Amino acid sequence: MDNIIQVNDLTKFYGKFLAVDHISFDVKEGEVFGFLGPNGAGKTTTIRMMVGLTHPSSGTAWIDGHDVTKEPVEVKKTIGLVPETSNLYGELSSLKNLIYQAELYGVSRKERRIRTLTLLEEFGLKEHQNKPFQAFSRGLKRRLTIAAALIHNPKILFLDEPTTGLDVMSARGLRKLILDSKKKGLTIFLTTHYIPEAESLCDRVAIIVKGKIRIIDTLENIKAQVKETEILEIGLDRPPEDWKNMFLSIDGIKKILIEERRIRFHTKSIDRVTSSIIKFLEERGAKIQSINTLSPSLEDAFVRITGLDSELMKIDKPVKGGPE
Amino acid sequence: MDEIKKSYFIAKKDMGTYYLKPPLISWGLMLPIVFVLAFYFRNPTGIKEVVPGLIGLTLLFSCTSMAAIVITFEKRIGALERLLLAPLEIRTILFGKTLGSSVFGLVITIVITIFLIPIIDLSINYPFSFSLIIILSGIAFSLLGILISVGVKEVFEAMTMSNFFRFPMIFLCGVFFPVSSMSFPLPILSYLLPLTYTVDGLKHCLLEDKGVIPLYLNLLILLGFVILLYSLSLFIFKKRIRQEF
Repeated sequence: MDNIIQVNDLTKFYGKFLAVDHISFDVKEGEVFGFLGPNGAGKTTTIRMMVGLTHPSSGTAWIDGHDVTKEPVEVKKTIGLVPETSNLYGELSSLKNLIYQAELYGVSRKERRIRTLTLLEEFGLKEHQNKPFQAFSRGLKRRLTIAAALIHNPKILFLDEPTTGLDVMSARGLRKLILDSKKKGLTIFLTTHYIPEAESLCDRVAIIVKGKIRIIDTLENIKAQVKETEILEIGLDRPPEDWKNMFLSIDGIKKILIEERRIRFHTKSIDRVTSSIIKFLEERGAKIQSINTLSPSLEDAFVRITGLDSELMKIDKPVKGGPE
Repeated sequence: MDEIKKSYFIAKKDMGTYYLKPPLISWGLMLPIVFVLAFYFRNPTGIKEVVPGLIGLTLLFSCTSMAAIVITFEKRIGALERLLLAPLEIRTILFGKTLGSSVFGLVITIVITIFLIPIIDLSINYPFSFSLIIILSGIAFSLLGILISVGVKEVFEAMTMSNFFRFPMIFLCGVFFPVSSMSFPLPILSYLLPLTYTVDGLKHCLLEDKGVIPLYLNLLILLGFVILLYSLSLFIFKKRIRQEF
């Protein structure tokens, strides 16, 4: 597969603040490439530089053979962007919003209506075609915003935090739409701070923290970074107390993740630590309800690579104003 | 050609979407109508003398108000970003926004003029020049509105900022009393403002050549304002986009 996106040494300063720190990567045609990182990592700034909305301080991005700083109009013809905020026109119906987008992208008069109706059908919005955008639910707004980004048949779709703020059902539906688009040959570049989302959608992932890329690889290769780690998951009858440091004093335990009533122990050898953990819990009157051994997930690899608490990735950005 | 078509689509959407926005109705529509009615009821026969000024005023308020709405409202909801993301030159966006504001202002002005024709027995001496004056003035005022609006975030800020320019213009540009009756140095200020040439040109067309400046010169100066304001707006628009996005 050829590279459809090439980013070389892209950097962005806001005053003295370095938002994106000399990043380089490429994206192959037809793949889903994820930019994974906590809020404030520089994901949105990167995407905005790549689509020509923000001027880089240095470095460049080549999109389908066009330099984004020198040929922004050519770049914009080949891409569709779904920004973090659904920003179509509140007063216009979904039909009119899509027709207007088609007009701006130079879609021929004959094609405009056909393309609009096809997208409304594909995105399950046909019955809402005459409803104004401002009357839509958050999930429907997101769907229509993606449909608008696809109106001119772009080669690359950029999605900035596509499921942020959506309920579980809407997010699931949207992920299915993203995978369906991929099947049609679209290259997808998405940013997310949801590790499971990156895991379920992406072929390759770049993990970005504080404007710097820590690793770029396939999911399998990234997970292989923690292959030597074994994981023991114990389910309790109640949420654990503040035992994290005490657990870490047990010889052989490298890391602990606590999620409600479940505790994950990262160790080099499950056999070596299991009896000590069970003894520790029994002494404190905690009832064990389940014991599982797990393969390392992307979340485990993320924690290992970045040194960040994965809880940090579950924090949503505050919802901005605007027609959400 | 393609870019002109896209500008037209922007203008068409703006007119369809924003003409019922409350700030536009109050500043762009109600205010000029109130002025016309106030002068008519005060002196139905004497209104003819101030009709060029009232038409100029209508154009000024309707065009600048629409320009303020189409820029600031879209900035606030994030829709301006959509335009910047589409494969359009910045000048196409600016041209589209100017076109929408100008057409809106021209429609309001033409409707008010048509309404006045039978009531006060108004006649247009030079229809072609009259058309040119209101078209060039509409474009100049729209560009002025855009120039003011690109630097602010909220619609009310744009309206307030616009009023810093609009209200002095009412008194300085010969709308209600001639520039020649003003004492020094006010006429210097008057001749730096485009509305002066709109009103003077309209006096030629509507009041049997009562304008002071030759008609052709009014037209040339208005054209000059259009070129100057367009260049300035394009420069500021590009600069603000780079700063804000």
